[in-house]
This record gives sequence, structure tokens and C-alpha cells, in this order.
Amino acid sequence: MANTAKRPRPLPQPTPETQHFWDGTKHGELRLQRCVDCSHVYFPPRPLCPECSSRNVEVFAASGKGKLLSYVINHRPHPSFDSPYAIALVQLDEGPTLMSNIVDCEQTPQALLLDMPLTVKFEDHGEVAVPLFRPA
Amino acid sequence: MTVAIVGAAETTELGRIPNMSQIQLHADAALNTLADAGLKAADIDGVATAGESPVAIAHYLGIAPRWVDGSSVGGCSFMLHVRHAAAAIEAGYADTILITHGESGRSGVGRGGGGGGRASLPAQFEMPYGPMGPTTMFTIGVLRYMKRYGMTHEQLAAVAVVQREWAGMNPRASFREPITVQDVLNSRLIAYPFHLFECCLVTDGGGALILVSAERAKDFPHKPVYMLGSGESVEAPMISQMKDLTSSQAFRIAGSEAFRSAGISHGDVDHLMVYDAFAHLPIWGLEDLGFCQRGEAAGFIEDGNTRPGAKLPLNTNGGGLSYMHSGMYGMYALQESVRQMRGTAPAQVPDAEISVCLGVGGMFAASGCIVMGNVAP
Repeated sequence: MANTAKRPRPLPQPTPETQHFWDGTKHGELRLQRCVDCSHVYFPPRPLCPECSSRNVEVFAASGKGKLLSYVINHRPHPSFDSPYAIALVQLDEGPTLMSNIVDCEQTPQALLLDMPLTVKFEDHGEVAVPLFRPA
Repeated sequence: MTVAIVGAAETTELGRIPNMSQIQLHADAALNTLADAGLKAADIDGVATAGESPVAIAHYLGIAPRWVDGSSVGGCSFMLHVRHAAAAIEAGYADTILITHGESGRSGVGRGGGGGGRASLPAQFEMPYGPMGPTTMFTIGVLRYMKRYGMTHEQLAAVAVVQREWAGMNPRASFREPITVQDVLNSRLIAYPFHLFECCLVTDGGGALILVSAERAKDFPHKPVYMLGSGESVEAPMISQMKDLTSSQAFRIAGSEAFRSAGISHGDVDHLMVYDAFAHLPIWGLEDLGFCQRGEAAGFIEDGNTRPGAKLPLNTNGGGLSYMHSGMYGMYALQESVRQMRGTAPAQVPDAEISVCLGVGGMFAASGCIVMGNVAP
């Protein structure tokens, strides 16, 4: 995981369309978008529904709960991470999937079980906070 | 057939638009143009753009196209797109094509073209978590496939073993020594569950093709190889946004379009190439092309059905795992299909008349599929 001896993890630079998401992480919220017309919930952020093309969309705070969808454990060296570390895909309870890291957990196939319940946890980097997940 | 423009619009605002990133300028113009034409994004089956990747635009708008054009030659790219689109519609490759432009030329918001910069969606939503290129992203859905279908580590390793058998027959292959499943599983872990021998080589090389009309083809020195059909598609610019980690939407659309346009069925195929950047790609390819039922392709390969002498010769040059992989391997898959159709491959499939060649772009982001034959259509 991110280690003080290493460079900080690459941090995102928000755009106008993603600002609400990164404002949310700073406030301890995982924010998703929902189409007001067709109720489709989607990620990553954009001011239009990828299901029906409507611009009538809203932002809401998601539960922050999900499950481990899949992952790899990287064994090659990374400037910001101590190998081996897992790069994971999380399926949120609301439907969308996102990439993240699983913290407070051994980075082994024995500890990282597919479908295990996860809860979001935010890692503060000053300007932005990055959503990570830990076993629920 | 003649082709017409039925929708046209610009972004809602022009001038200085600091509240929109470049990709949103594309989307804003696209939504205005759809409204102008009375269409929804779901009605669009072809996407062309420059400045951003057509993968990013299609995914952002929620379009699953069967034709894409990312020709990028500067400011006149869109004239080329119009021309290509007209040809595509006449050829039946697409019915309703959307061409987009958006450029944050003054404000520079989210600008960076094909995914560059910290403001791109992959930079915001994937790079913070430490992915290191294809070895950690192309491979990320495989544990889900294993859990869903019961594929074993041994079955995944068997893909590399079978392809090494083909490579052993090819003097130009980088790796030719036979290997066993145990050798693969004993090779260094790169990104669990992937070992070194389940990842493609990194080599130098090149290739080229020349195409002429079928009419002129018989006047050239080699046996003509005819293009019988083709397909293309894109899905998502981020692996985390695939609709289903165990199947490629781009493979399915490109593959079915190629079979449809060639007028062939699976039983007609004598030879198959599936771009194998990693050992799971032939499994995804066999299922998404419809050669195997969901969850059955790993067993199909393990049981020897794609080996030399078996019923479906697959990746007969040894593939990206053993032959070579320069980075954009698709050209080498095409070259092997041509050799097989000419009858000049080192591991020649006897009497092969139809070859299917399935390519991947990015990490399941895009796909192209070509059907070739050596009998004039």
C-alpha cells in the first residue's frame, strides 16, 4: 500500500463533470449519479445518462458498500506501492463497478475472497481524498 | 446508394467554456445533434471522432457501435470521417453514424486527447490504485471468470502449453522449446493469477499488407487471399467499466458482424487467430465468437481441440505468447492468416480455405475481426 518511503499514489485532477465526486470523497461520501428519467445509476461521472441520453441526472450519496468483484496481485515494482499489492474491482451495491485497493487486509489470494463484502474508506491527500475499500 | 446528413448541431455554448472538459464538449455537441435529428444514442451504430478516442466517446455516450473511425490527421479529420462514413453506410457497415468534435482549445479543461493527463477519466478513476499497464489490467477479470465457470489455474496454463506446441513448428518463433503446465505454473508470478509464461513476449518487429481489387488480384505473383467479411467495435476506455468482466462486448459485435458479412458459420472455419496478449484471450475469443459455450473454452483448449492436427487450429504461429509481440500484435495475426490461406505457413493447416482473425485493441477496449479465404467469393 501507499508507503511514506515511496512517492504518493498518482492523484486525480477533477474536471467540471467529476468535481462532485471528488468533493464527496473529501466529505466522506461516495457520490454516484442517477438518471431522473430512467433511474439508471452509473459511474464514472458525466452529466448525461449513458442508458437513455437524458441530461436530467442527479447526484446522490451511495451506501459505500459493495463486494469484491475481481482483482490481480501485482508482483512487479511500482514507485508508489509496496509489491505485492492487489488492484481490485469493486461492485457497489447500487450497481456500478470501480477500481480501488483493498486495505486492512492481507494482499493474498487466501485473504482476498471474491464476493467478500466491502466498505469504503477515504484516504486523505489534502487536495483530494481517494476512495479505498476494507473488508466490511 | 446515396448518403445524407440528417443531424447537425454545435455545443450549447461557444467561446469560453471553462465549466466543461473536452470530452463533455464532444458529448454536448453529440446530444444536441441527436436532438436535432430526433434520435437517441441507442440509434447510433457508428462513431467517428478525432482529438479524443472513439472508444472514449462511444463509452461516454453509452453507444455500442459496429463501426468506428478514429482517423486523426488534424483539422480536416472530420471531412475524412464524413467520407469514410458514407462508404461505410454504402457498404452496410453501419446505418446511423455520429461524428463528433469537441476541443477545450481556450480553457484547456480535461484536454489530453487519447487519455493523457491527470484529468482524463482513467487518470482519475484507475491510475490512483497502482495498475501497471496490461499485466495488471487486461488480466483483472480472470479471477471472476474462474469463480463463475470453475476454470482452473492448470487450464489457463494449458493455453500457453498448446501455443508453444505450434511455436515449436515455426522456425521464426521466439520461444520454441516445449513446456508443460507445471513449467507455466512454476514461472515467475507477474500479477496473480498470471505467471510469466501466461503473458506475451515483448519483441521488435513489423509487418505490412497490400490490398487491391479482387479483379486485379489474380495478376499478382502469390495466390490471392480474399477478404470475405469483417467487423469492428469498441466498449470502454477503462477495464473497470467493462459491462461483464468475463466477456468482451467488442469481440461479440465485431465477431458476429464479421461472420454475418462473410456469410459463414462456425463449421466453415478452418483456421482461427485470436490476439493473445495474455493466456485468457483465446478463451474469451472462442466464447465471444461463438465457437464454445460460456465457460467451456478453457476445457476445449485443455482437451487439445486447438492443437496441431485437431479440429480448430488456433494461433498457429505460436501467438503473442510464443511467436512474437511487439506491442501492436494484430499485424502478426493477420500475417499468419494470410500465410495459412496462401498455403505457406510453417505449421500449415492442410486444405484450409477460411481463416478468421480476431484482434483486440487496448484492454478489451476495441476489436476488429477479419474473415479471409483463398477461394474467390
